[in-house]
Amino acid sequence: MLRYALLRLLGAIPTLLLVIVLAFLMVHAAPGGPFDAERTLPADIEANIAAAYHLDEPLHQQFFRYIGGVLQGDLGPSYRYRDHTVGELIGAAFPLSLKLGATAMLLAVIVGVLVGALAAIRRNTLLDRSLMAVAMTGISIPVFVIAPVLVLLLAVKLQWLPAGWSGNEGLAKYFLPVIALALPQIAYIARLMRASMIDVLASDFVRTARAQGVGTSAIVRYHALKPAMLPVLSYMGPAIAAILTGSVVVEEIFGIPGLGQFFVRGALNRDYTLVLGIVIFYASLVVLFNLVVDILYGAIDPRIRHQ
Amino acid sequence: MKSLKALLLIVVAASLWSCGESGNEVPQGSTLDRGLSSDPESLDPHKMRSVQAGEVLRDIGEGLASYSATGELAPGAAESWTVSDDGLTYTFTIRADARWSNGDAVTAEHFAFSLRRLVDPATAAFNAFMIADVTNAREISAGEKAPAELAVEAFDEHTLVITLSQPTPYFLSLLTYPSTFPVHPGLFAEHGDAFTRPGVLLSDGAYKLDSWQPGSVLRLSRNEQYWNNAGTSIDAVNHHVLTQEMTELNRYRAGEIHITGAIPPDSFEQVREERPDEMHIAPYLGVYYYGYNLTRPPFKDSPQLRQALSMAVDREVLVERITGRGELPAYSWVPPGVDNYDPRRFSYADLSQDERNATARRLYHEAGYGPDNPAQIELRYNTSDTQQRIALAVQSMWREVLGAEITLINEEFQVLLANMREAEITEIFRSSWIGDYNDAHTFLNILQDGNPSNMPRYSSEEYDGLMQRASEQVEPMRRRLYLEEAERILLTDHPVIPLYFFVSKHLVSPEVVGWGDNVLDYHYSQHLSLAPNDAAP
Repeated sequence: MLRYALLRLLGAIPTLLLVIVLAFLMVHAAPGGPFDAERTLPADIEANIAAAYHLDEPLHQQFFRYIGGVLQGDLGPSYRYRDHTVGELIGAAFPLSLKLGATAMLLAVIVGVLVGALAAIRRNTLLDRSLMAVAMTGISIPVFVIAPVLVLLLAVKLQWLPAGWSGNEGLAKYFLPVIALALPQIAYIARLMRASMIDVLASDFVRTARAQGVGTSAIVRYHALKPAMLPVLSYMGPAIAAILTGSVVVEEIFGIPGLGQFFVRGALNRDYTLVLGIVIFYASLVVLFNLVVDILYGAIDPRIRHQ
Repeated sequence: MKSLKALLLIVVAASLWSCGESGNEVPQGSTLDRGLSSDPESLDPHKMRSVQAGEVLRDIGEGLASYSATGELAPGAAESWTVSDDGLTYTFTIRADARWSNGDAVTAEHFAFSLRRLVDPATAAFNAFMIADVTNAREISAGEKAPAELAVEAFDEHTLVITLSQPTPYFLSLLTYPSTFPVHPGLFAEHGDAFTRPGVLLSDGAYKLDSWQPGSVLRLSRNEQYWNNAGTSIDAVNHHVLTQEMTELNRYRAGEIHITGAIPPDSFEQVREERPDEMHIAPYLGVYYYGYNLTRPPFKDSPQLRQALSMAVDREVLVERITGRGELPAYSWVPPGVDNYDPRRFSYADLSQDERNATARRLYHEAGYGPDNPAQIELRYNTSDTQQRIALAVQSMWREVLGAEITLINEEFQVLLANMREAEITEIFRSSWIGDYNDAHTFLNILQDGNPSNMPRYSSEEYDGLMQRASEQVEPMRRRLYLEEAERILLTDHPVIPLYFFVSKHLVSPEVVGWGDNVLDYHYSQHLSLAPNDAAP
């Protein structure tokens, strides 16, 4: 297992390198530069700025300067947040995004699995139908609609929760963003879980267990739940991606200084180093997640482990 | 085994939540919460250039001159100054009680050091051009002279002498701009460019920087060492970074911030009805315009077509129905409200729109266009709802009045900027200009030949000649006449179509006392105070 994990990690290096090269070329190919504004500066001053940030060097030289820094763990200074390095910005933003994303994910899995399993067990009853109707609505309404509605209702009208992020103390400020992030995932996971649970409940080994007189709750708990969760597990990869992209929207709406917000601003501002830094960071995460999911798969499904 | 796993999970989750929660002390006393539409790019006075950085820096720094609560030029770190008769030599007396937040005296040498650093090529300051009229500044920026040759001299600890290469009547207002604020030389020597860190940064303004969480909030607290600390009411100021206007509005409605930086267009009417007394709309030094690319057809050598298009735009409809947030229709290039200046107006400003349209049609035909041969023009604007609405409205006005066929092209902001600068594929482009100081020169000089911000590439010997004569003139009234005549020429030539003048838009809580609307839209926190308000939202 360890050998397998190490091999996979080694295999990730060329992937990451390719990502860096492509991202580097793409951000530099985008028209405009990090210091362009409606005011065009006098040529002398523009030259001074380009020299200070090495933007006057040929592209390959800039690339090797950059990659040299990255290998030493230095992602460079941000062009837009000039008092901060990219490392600092990611270091401050990622814990927040992680906290939000992980909490939302945990909430989505727990609630989604419970709701889905319940709907499957009570298949074709009123409960099942209403749960699935709610789930369908949850999938269809995008985050950028849910979030402002939640804010208007719970923060502006009722004033139960804070409307924004900065300056608000305590955990209350996490509530709305986490819900907004989790809702669509809850809905999706519930539907996934229901379908998979129905399949599992109809399978041979469940029929055998029933024939032996095992009760429904024991069947679900000890026999059906684990195999029924496999599709949910494989959905985790896309779900994490969806929460990461969803967090861009949620972070904007709530004004949360998370990674998603810096990524979007970085791209719009042509903040080359910030965008590249976040791309490298995200890419490493995705590689890591894929590896973890593969290993988890083996842990849950013995058939995969023994292959 | 299972319970061990569960325990592990809880520990991981708890440690996840506990990280990154620090430095959130709530200061005692009154706290002002203000919205800021983006992070300052830097709190280094010599690396800043945005409106947002200026807003924060005006709280934590102070230049030689400043503005009063009512927007009049006032003494800052300098308590007084004299100007020589030829308008070239400025002598400042620095306050004896001007202090940095660590107690060090603010001296004339600190200002001299800072102005030299501003023009030093190694600093790569965006706003080095601001003091280009100080003797030798241009040569230093170009690398031809050493920074030490800048004509700023600390005569003694409290006397600073600045010599200019040409009269610059607005020079004092430049010294209120954060780019000319002082940097503590000792601090810079010790920390280099990292001197702007919270906890390190020394402030000579009313507040000092306690913490800065990018994308979230900058927390400031009272600078006890400030010379006018006794006159400062509010103890702490939070500048909340709120990039979404809607988020800012919601937080204002929830009572979480006192002052917004903007009002979202879609909620404008609703807010006007809800809170008419809290809405502050005031003229602002900014013009929104469409520029012509004068380097290529169809606009090169076709003043009739340029004027026809300008006349066919119904600016009243534009500001009432399209932008609808109190903007003023623009019939001149320089906005109203500029000191010591009376903007010229288009010759057709006083005609009715029907009369303008009739003349526009005639000019359009004279330019060689008509129903069988409509002008085919590309209009570029940057992707945004507001820009699109305006472009659509103007497109339909030109189609209805003249029959011109306009292709709308929306581009991402940076792409549009790149195209404007190259001036190769553009025909008409959207742009705007915000004044740097309260003087007509800040608007008129950008259309001089060779000015890097002259996007239309307008070039008129007559215009440039008048601008040159104005810049040599010490006598304010005669200078003003030259500038006004230059604007008249500009309006006749139509290198641009000014559409409307910006207004500043804020929501200000009834708790805030001392707010004054002004054309520069400067609102120093030190001039404000908070009154407890029972009717707060």
